[in-house]
Amino acid sequence: MEFVYFLIRRVLWSLLVLIGLSITIFLIARVMPGDPARMALGPRASQQQVQDLKVKMGLNLSLTEQYERFAVGLAHGDLGLSFLTKRPVNDDIRETFAATLELVLVTIVIAFAIGVPLGVVAAVNKDGWIDNSVRLLTIFGAVMPSFLLALLLQVLAGYVLHILPTTGRITPDSPVIANITGLLLVDTLLKGDLAGFWDALRHLFLPAIALSAVTTGQIARITRASMIDVAKQDYVEAARAFGVPDAVRIFKYMLRPAFVPPMTIMGLEFASLIGNAFVVELVFVWPGMASYGVRSILQKDLNALMGVVMISGLFFVVANLSVDVLVGVVDPRVRIRGMRA
Amino acid sequence: MSQATAEVAATSRRWRRFRRNPTAAVGLAIVALVVLAAIFAPWISPYPDHVGAVVNFRARHQPPSAHYWLGTDNVGRDILTRVLFGYRISLILAATVLIFAVPVGVVLGLLAGYFGGWTETIIMRANDIALAIPPLVMALAVTTVLTPSLVHSMLAIAALWWTWHTRLIFSIVRTLRQQEFVEAAKTLGASRFHILFRELLPNCASAILVKTSLDFGFVILVGAALSYLGLGVQPPTPDLGTMVASGADFLPERWWESLFPGAAILVAALGFNLLGDGLRDLFDVESV
Repeated sequence: MEFVYFLIRRVLWSLLVLIGLSITIFLIARVMPGDPARMALGPRASQQQVQDLKVKMGLNLSLTEQYERFAVGLAHGDLGLSFLTKRPVNDDIRETFAATLELVLVTIVIAFAIGVPLGVVAAVNKDGWIDNSVRLLTIFGAVMPSFLLALLLQVLAGYVLHILPTTGRITPDSPVIANITGLLLVDTLLKGDLAGFWDALRHLFLPAIALSAVTTGQIARITRASMIDVAKQDYVEAARAFGVPDAVRIFKYMLRPAFVPPMTIMGLEFASLIGNAFVVELVFVWPGMASYGVRSILQKDLNALMGVVMISGLFFVVANLSVDVLVGVVDPRVRIRGMRA
Repeated sequence: MSQATAEVAATSRRWRRFRRNPTAAVGLAIVALVVLAAIFAPWISPYPDHVGAVVNFRARHQPPSAHYWLGTDNVGRDILTRVLFGYRISLILAATVLIFAVPVGVVLGLLAGYFGGWTETIIMRANDIALAIPPLVMALAVTTVLTPSLVHSMLAIAALWWTWHTRLIFSIVRTLRQQEFVEAAKTLGASRFHILFRELLPNCASAILVKTSLDFGFVILVGAALSYLGLGVQPPTPDLGTMVASGADFLPERWWESLFPGAAILVAALGFNLLGDGLRDLFDVESV
């Protein structure tokens, strides 16, 4: 029960975070200098046109009334109209969000699939050459500019070796994929379309690798540190003394509790992951939220910008809530005692 | 042995350990080289006038050669020169961001960790909100609403960067506040100011040092990403991220135009990261 109360408390706090975020981004978009309606229409629009758009967008209301509108809209899941396309921001973001979600999820899978084993072998061979190489690798992952890695992968795999597609989500003019979840990997599998699945996977590969470098390194580093911590515990020593085989000791007794810190870090890393996705998506012409965000930003579409920031924040909050639940699943102690808030 | 000599002995012992630690030594060497290159750029760069909007069409797209060690860009400017001057922008950006963000983050962390209660709730919830915004997205938003420039990108990055320092100091102070030396100071009637800044702060110093060193590299990376997107320093000022972006149009044939500036960013970030990593070992601060 403790754990349920803990989760309820976390959900309430998350709502508070989202409200705070909405106030922050609203203030940035409305209080800073510049007239959003004029920005959207450009210098050649007449005064009347600007005034009409202002009324349409509610920009003539007082600041608190404007925020009220924005917040009520948000509560109903409505992000308002785009200044530029005059379409609901929801529709624009819905199309692009799935692409970003798919990229980020595959990135996380890659980061854990590579990072955790690296961390484990580094911890088992502590201070040996394997440990040092892993350490060097994680440092390089952390300091490699994501756009540089993306460009390098694109040039190497795409233009030099010609083994992988370098842009987009699917091959142009390929058969239409039914839109069920918006995630191409899932949709193609649901329809039994293996060729489409393979095509989507090949397109995902390079951007996901480019995006995962930082996270993989972080996870390897934290896994290593927490494995070494767990190894000092009495029960692990006891298992060794009883002659429990190494593999069982490492994977059954040590890895499971050592898994919690990397998961917690993953939640916090989410913000920077979304940030990096902005850069990587642009390099690979990935039709995601980032490309949409940058486009709306360059065209000074403030409602779209607010939408992108709110969705990024929601993404972050949901990711951290999922981490909390997953930690409860992996570590039963948390379920009983509740977690320190 | 008096306290002063003991401290000198401890410092020299540290310095010896530091020099024997290869990562830290390599990191310090790289950082020193980058800083020196930035300071002395006008004197050591081969074509100091290539910093501005110079057009040298006869020498455009030259591959690396004895004349142009790192080649030339699409209007014939020496890339080595522009990389050296680009380091100036990167370092100024990182230093300015951290000069504002670190003290703010540290003080908030001290307050939240020591006082607890409502102070903690307000500061740490504000922290949660700030943590939910990707720094790059915030920077995009701010530079759009204002105009893209170096100052605005520094402002945007600094507005979020304090969060990590607050979290770090908060977690350290929370474990420190019940220890005897804090209780003792309180019993002796020390002021809150004294306890915060004379008792607790010195105990956070090594963690702050390590974190700030690592941050230097990370802020350089965020700044480079911003200018790669065209939202940071505006041309013709030489900036490493901008150079990668404009050189990327000529990949893969004219690889030097984007890869050398990119490698320059990597080297600077690597230097600060190795240094921070080495300092972490040296001061035994696992928490950073």
